[in-house]
Amino acid sequence: MTQAPFGRRRGVLASIRKVGAYHLLEVVDRGGPDPEPGQFYMLAAVSGWGAGTDERPFLPRAFSCMGGSAGRVWFMLEDIGPGTHRLARLQKGEPLWLTGPLGHGFRMPEDGRRPILTGGGVGVPPLVMWSQALVERGARPTLQFGFRDAAHAAVAASFDTVQIATDDGSVGHHGLVTELLAAELHRDPHATVYSCGPPGMLEAIRRMCLEREVPAQLALESGMACGFGACFGCVVPLSGGGYARVCVDGPVLDATAIDHVPAH
Amino acid sequence: MSAVDFCGIELAHPIVNGSGTFDAIAAHAVFGDALLEDFPFSAFVSKTITLAVRDGNPPPRLWETPSGMINSIGLPNKGLAGYLEHDLPKLAALPVPLITNVMGSTAGELCELVAACDGQEAIRAIELNVSCPNVKTGLDIGADPASLAEVMRAVRPQTAKPLIVKLTPNTADVALVAAAAEAEGADAVSLINTLRATAQHPDGSGRPWLGGVTGGMSGPAIRAVALAQVTAVAARVSIPVVGMGGVQRGEHAAQLLRAGATLVAVGTESFRDSAAGSRIARELDRLEAR
Ligand SMILES: Cc1cc2nc3c(=O)[nH]c(=O)nc-3n(C[C@H](O)[C@H](O)[C@H](O)COP(=O)(O)OP(=O)(O)OC[C@H]3O[C@@H](n4cnc5c(N)ncnc54)[C@H](O)[C@@H]3O)c2cc1C
Ligand SMILES: Cc1cc2nc3c(=O)[nH]c(=O)nc-3n(C[C@H](O)[C@H](O)[C@H](O)COP(=O)(O)O)c2cc1C
Ligand code: FES
Repeated sequence: MTQAPFGRRRGVLASIRKVGAYHLLEVVDRGGPDPEPGQFYMLAAVSGWGAGTDERPFLPRAFSCMGGSAGRVWFMLEDIGPGTHRLARLQKGEPLWLTGPLGHGFRMPEDGRRPILTGGGVGVPPLVMWSQALVERGARPTLQFGFRDAAHAAVAASFDTVQIATDDGSVGHHGLVTELLAAELHRDPHATVYSCGPPGMLEAIRRMCLEREVPAQLALESGMACGFGACFGCVVPLSGGGYARVCVDGPVLDATAIDHVPAH
Repeated sequence: MSAVDFCGIELAHPIVNGSGTFDAIAAHAVFGDALLEDFPFSAFVSKTITLAVRDGNPPPRLWETPSGMINSIGLPNKGLAGYLEHDLPKLAALPVPLITNVMGSTAGELCELVAACDGQEAIRAIELNVSCPNVKTGLDIGADPASLAEVMRAVRPQTAKPLIVKLTPNTADVALVAAAAEAEGADAVSLINTLRATAQHPDGSGRPWLGGVTGGMSGPAIRAVALAQVTAVAARVSIPVVGMGGVQRGEHAAQLLRAGATLVAVGTESFRDSAAGSRIARELDRLEAR
C-alpha cells in the first residue's frame, strides 16, 4: 500500500477529454507518490464546490486512478450528480484538491492462476491500471468489460484485446459481462477474478466465484465522507459478521470476506 | 501558538477533534508518521466507547445535505475491553493528551466505564456522551436536566479525572442541562453534538435512505445553531466550554472562543481535509496576533 501525504493538497488539471459517455482527467500532482492499481483518491474542485444542485457537493468524492506515475494521475468519471458534474467541467489549468493514494489495491494471483479482469461502467479505471501492471509483470490478463451502450463502450476502443458486452447489444456480446465471465470460467476455472463495477454486477460475480470456488478480488464502491477511516460511513457487511470500512480495509476485498455487496 | 489550560491539562493550542470524527490509528496507517509530526489537534478525543462491542448501523450511513451531512454511524466500537486492550496503547503513544469519550444507557453502565477509565494513566480526561436514550424514560439522558443530574450523581464519585459532559442540542433548553451538569460536579461541558435529522431515498419512494433511519447533522449547516447554543451555555455556567459545530476556518473558531468557549473542536471539516485541525489552529493564531 502506498501511503498518502497527510492533508489535502492542490493538484492542477493538465487535460480533460470526453470519450463517449465518460470524462478522462489528467491531473498534475507534483511530488505526489505513485499510486498502486486499485487505490483511489478523494477529489474536490477548489472553487465552485458547493454550487451545484441542492448547494452540493460538500464532501470530496472518491475516484479510482486509471494510471499514475511521475507526478501525474489519470481518472475516468461519469457525470451522474453534482460532484461528478463539477469535476467534469474543470478547465485545463484549474486547481483541484486531492488526497491520496488511498486504500489497499489488487494483489497478484496465487498458484499460477490466470487473471481475469471483469468489470463495467466506472469500474473500468482500476482494472485498466491493474491490467497494465500485470502485463509488466509478465502475466497475460483476460479483460472483459460490460457497458450500457455504445456511447459508454467507446472508452474501451483503445484496448485491443478486450471482450465487450453491452446491455443493448450495440457493441460486442448482447447481454451481461457476467455471461462472458461464466464462459471463461467454464473454459478454464484455474483463474483469479478481479472485478470492479456497479453493485449488482459485483454481487453476481461474488456469487459466481464463490459457487465455483474461484478466488476473486472485488474493488468496492461506497458512499464516502473522508476516505481515510475517520467517519465509519463507508462500510460493507462482512461474512463473519460486523462491517469493514471500504476506504481503509479495501477498496479491494476478497469475495469470501464480504457477506454481500450492498445495493445502494 | 497560544497554550491553553483546560481543566489543569496544558494544551498547545485550543483546537481539538470532535469525538468520532478522526480515527488516529487508521490515519496513522494511511498517512504514516507525517500525521504525528504535524498532529492536527492539541488533545485527541476518542470516539464513543460503550461497554459491549457495537457493530454500528447497516449502510447507507451517510447523506450529504446543503453545506453539511447526516451520519447514522451507530457508534461502532470494540467495547470497553477491546478499547483498553487494542486501542489505548496506540492512543497513549500519540504526541498529545488523550480524552476518552464513553456512553452508557444506565448510570450503572456509565459508572463502570468511568471507573475503568479512571484506572488508566494515559486517559487524561473523560467525556460523557449523554445523547443516549435512558432505558427507563426513553428520553435522551442529556435532553432532560433531572435525568442527567441523577446520572452525574452516580458517575462523579467514580473518578477524580476531569469529567466533560457532551451536551445534546436536541433538547428544549441546553443551558438548563449544562447548569445541571455543572451543579453535579462536571468539570467542563462540550457542545454541540449532531442535530437529529433524516433523509428520504432519492428514488422518490419516501422510504428512509439511512440504514439507521435517522441520524445526526453536522458541518457548516449547523454552525449558526452551535454559535447560539455555545453562547447560551457559556453565559450560564462558569466551567470551561468546548465549542463545536461546523468549524471550517480560524474565524469560526474565534467566534466560538469569543462566545465564551475555552477549546474548539473540529469534526466534519477533517473529512474534507485530514489536516484541517492544524490549519485552523494556525489561522486562529494569526487572527489572535492581529
Ligand atoms: C473507491 C471508489 C472509487 C470510485 N471510482 C470511480 C471512478 O473511477 N469513476 C467514477 O466515475 N466514479 C467512481 N466512484 C464513484 C464516485 O465516487 C461517485 O460517482 C460520486 O461520488 C458521485 O458524486 P455525485 O455528487 O456526482 O453524485 P451523487 O448525487 O452523490 O449521487 C451518487 C449516488 O449517491 C446517492 N445519493 C444521491 N444523493 C445523495 C446525497 N445527498 N447524499 C448521499 N448520497 C446521495 C445515490 O445513490 C446516487 O446514485 C468511486 C467510488 C469509490 C468509493
Ligand atoms: C461521522 C460522525 C461521527 C460522530 N461520532 C460521534 C461519537 O462517536 N461521539 C460523540 O460524542 N460525537 C460524535 N459525533 C459528533 C461530533 O463530535 C460533533 O459534535 C459534531 O459533528 C459537530 O461538529 P462538526 O460540525 O464540526 O462536525 C460524530 C459526528 C460525525 C459527523
Ligand atoms: S469514508 Fe470515512 S471511514 Fe471510509
